[in-house]
Amino acid sequence: MNLAWTLLFLPLAVAAANQLVLKKTGLAPIVSVGSALATFVIALILLGKNETAYFAWATIGDFSINIGIKLDQLSTGMMIVVTGVGLLVHVFSLAYMKDDAAKARYFAGLSLFMFSMTGIVLADNFIMTFIFWELVGLSSYLLIGHWYQKESAADAAKKAFLCNRIGDFGFMVGILMLWGITGHLAFDQMKGGLEAFQAANPAIFGGVLSAAVLCIFCGAVGKSAQLPLHVWLPDAMEGPTPVSALIHAATMVAAGVYMLFRLQFTLGFEVFEGLQASAVIAWTGGITALAAALMATQQDDIKRVLAYSTLSQLGYMVMAVGLVSGEAGMFHLFTHAWFKALLFLGSGAVIFACHHEQDIWKMGGLLKKMPITGFTFLIGFAALIAVPFTSGFFSKEQILEAAHQKEPILFWIAAAVAVFTPFYMTRLYVVAFLGKNRSENASHAHEVGPLMSGPLVLLATLGAIAGFPFIAEKFSPAYHQPEHLIHLGFVTYVSIGALLTGVIAGCVLYAGKEKDPVSIPLLQNRFYIDGLYDNFLVRYFQDTFAAIIAFFDEFIISGLIVGGLSRAAESFGNLFRKVQSGSLQGYAFAFGLGVILVVYFTVFGR
Amino acid sequence: MATLNDYLLVSGLLFAIGLAGVVLRRNVIIVFMCLELMLSAANLTLVAFSRFNVPPNGLPDYNGQMLVFFVITVAAAEVAVGLAIIVALYRARQTIHTDELTSLKG
Amino acid sequence: MPSYLFWLFSTVMLIGGVSVIAFRNPVSSALSVVTCFVGLAGLFIGLSAFFVGVIQILVYTGAVMVLFLFIIMLLDLKDEEKAAKPLLPIAAGIALVAAFTVQLIGILSRTPNVIAPNLDKETLAAAASGFPATSKIATTLTQGKLPDVHLIGHTLFTQYNLPLQILGVLLLVATIGVVILSKRQAD
Repeated sequence: MNLAWTLLFLPLAVAAANQLVLKKTGLAPIVSVGSALATFVIALILLGKNETAYFAWATIGDFSINIGIKLDQLSTGMMIVVTGVGLLVHVFSLAYMKDDAAKARYFAGLSLFMFSMTGIVLADNFIMTFIFWELVGLSSYLLIGHWYQKESAADAAKKAFLCNRIGDFGFMVGILMLWGITGHLAFDQMKGGLEAFQAANPAIFGGVLSAAVLCIFCGAVGKSAQLPLHVWLPDAMEGPTPVSALIHAATMVAAGVYMLFRLQFTLGFEVFEGLQASAVIAWTGGITALAAALMATQQDDIKRVLAYSTLSQLGYMVMAVGLVSGEAGMFHLFTHAWFKALLFLGSGAVIFACHHEQDIWKMGGLLKKMPITGFTFLIGFAALIAVPFTSGFFSKEQILEAAHQKEPILFWIAAAVAVFTPFYMTRLYVVAFLGKNRSENASHAHEVGPLMSGPLVLLATLGAIAGFPFIAEKFSPAYHQPEHLIHLGFVTYVSIGALLTGVIAGCVLYAGKEKDPVSIPLLQNRFYIDGLYDNFLVRYFQDTFAAIIAFFDEFIISGLIVGGLSRAAESFGNLFRKVQSGSLQGYAFAFGLGVILVVYFTVFGR
Repeated sequence: MATLNDYLLVSGLLFAIGLAGVVLRRNVIIVFMCLELMLSAANLTLVAFSRFNVPPNGLPDYNGQMLVFFVITVAAAEVAVGLAIIVALYRARQTIHTDELTSLKG
Repeated sequence: MPSYLFWLFSTVMLIGGVSVIAFRNPVSSALSVVTCFVGLAGLFIGLSAFFVGVIQILVYTGAVMVLFLFIIMLLDLKDEEKAAKPLLPIAAGIALVAAFTVQLIGILSRTPNVIAPNLDKETLAAAASGFPATSKIATTLTQGKLPDVHLIGHTLFTQYNLPLQILGVLLLVATIGVVILSKRQAD
């Protein structure tokens, strides 16, 4: 267990050391990478262990909040993803952030994130999950806002933070409700509590549990950027690209899915079958997947395309969890982490090579200039669009299969997503990597160094093979082994048909084009959701609410309670202030009068 | 022969005169002199008690005169410090009139 | 001490005291204090406290009041302007003094009066037995004189040694304090 505690606290120690001690020395990046390597090795050692340990963190009467570690296939498998992607991103960052002035702060943020994410994954109770849930929010905030001098980055960080807060409020309520229902917070004890509750109140059981699960789902909606709180994730691309790869593609945004699956796993999957909350979750995921895929088709910023693609893939996972086929979702989370991190790091390499140019229409022809990056990107692309025998294919197949069995409408939505995904990815690849150079920056691009290409190659390998059963069985947090490697059936035909449709449409539309031949303002503007939030929510709702609060604060709190008290004290003080005339004679007179009174009372008064 | 009460009356009157000066006068130096008068009035009381309270050996009670000795010494020190404060005050404010020195007014 | 001398010195002292607060010129006030203290010293000597009487003259009228005069002249104080004094403080001051006097008379009229014990030659000679026979105090006492200074010195250095030392420290502190206070602040 000591190893597990090291796994949890080493990154924290490194983050503190980086921020407090190593800032000036230039050692911070090395120390962070070292810690990432150490945690990865520990994660490998711990893989598949089954243990629990905890210590009491705060005790209030009989109730105590524990900091605990729960090791099982789910958490250790997830740790492989977190530390594996984390390690490669750390290495990539060494090169990517080479010239950044605030390297120590950046690496301290990364280490803090590793600590927080480890905490979520290893948590053995919901309070701890919640604490670390907030901590990843914090580290995400810090890293998105790493270039805080840039106004858009600062705004994006703030937006991410606020959106997450909205979700977290629901999450907190959900945790408290669940605590009320089961009487426990530790995962191991919850199932028993839930059964007792079900036996005692069979009539209201479904409704109450649904409400609790939906509240908890709010947290996942915020963290995993599902509709309607998805708006922060594309903006979060203002952060450094490695951060996008680690936090906003592979790990943190998947925490929502992980947490939902952990909840199902804890309470038992059978409880969730037929629960209304499950349907809501599934539909939210499905709609997010479709909407995000549509939005991705009209974005010009390479990172934004990938961000919407992430949204859409997260939608898949959430849908799978909602369909109570969480293994499929977790499997997809596992494969997606590798190839999406690969795609982000690849885009990072491209952006780095093109001198921070992010518009795909100003790139072009990069495959020739940057063969390693281009080729590894192609592998990630193939995995994402689920070309057969890549990792994405296996996992997506399982999700489609589950949808096909349980909810036909959702299956067709997922199939539509499977058309749009190859379409926008083909568009991205054709425009950015093929054809001619369309700008100065792109024509000067050249291959990146080994510190960047190394992680890309490793991730490409994993992205290609991670879906095969021999790997998934061992490393995936949850995996349901299919009977055949590929089961040729209706689902597979639809999936391959969708893939071909998307790729061919993308090629036909975009091959050799100089600018976007399609222009759909609705999708470019992301269904106007951001505008709606800004103009309606912020302006009317928030402002009205603020006015009410301000009124309350001004008149009730300030005026009556605080102000009234202070005014009473002030007038009382003013009364005595008159006595302090500042006149020496006055004081002497009072003094003499006092003497006379004392003499009177001691001598004559008795 | 003057009795103890005569001495006490005289010293009490001197004390009252000093108190009146402190209350009435506005010049800090004169207020200060009046304080000295009050201290001296107390000294007179002490010496009178020393003379009128005779211990068994028949000599005056010298403990009272000891106290007078100490009061005079401390008063000398107090005058030195007080006058230095007055000089510093005059330098800072160009006045030593108490009705113009009202910084302590609340 | 004969009664007429007592009343003479008392009158000198009280008139001096009244003039302190009556004069408007600070120099006149200071000289009135001197007058007052001279009367006081007379009273001390009348009470057989010769040493204290001499000290009163030397320290108070000699040193302290000269210091006062010196400061008054240093500050070059003019007469207090004859501002229209508000009536209230004067009335309050006089009322205070009146109340105090009334109380004083009240107390004195209730306490039994005491006549000064004799200090004749026999008493003094008898007191000599309390001191070593060869000492200056004993020899003076047997001659029928009161060795005031010796007795004070004896008491001071036998019973009040520690307070005397502390007093020395106090004077030192006062000296240093005055030096620091009167140093001009560096601009």
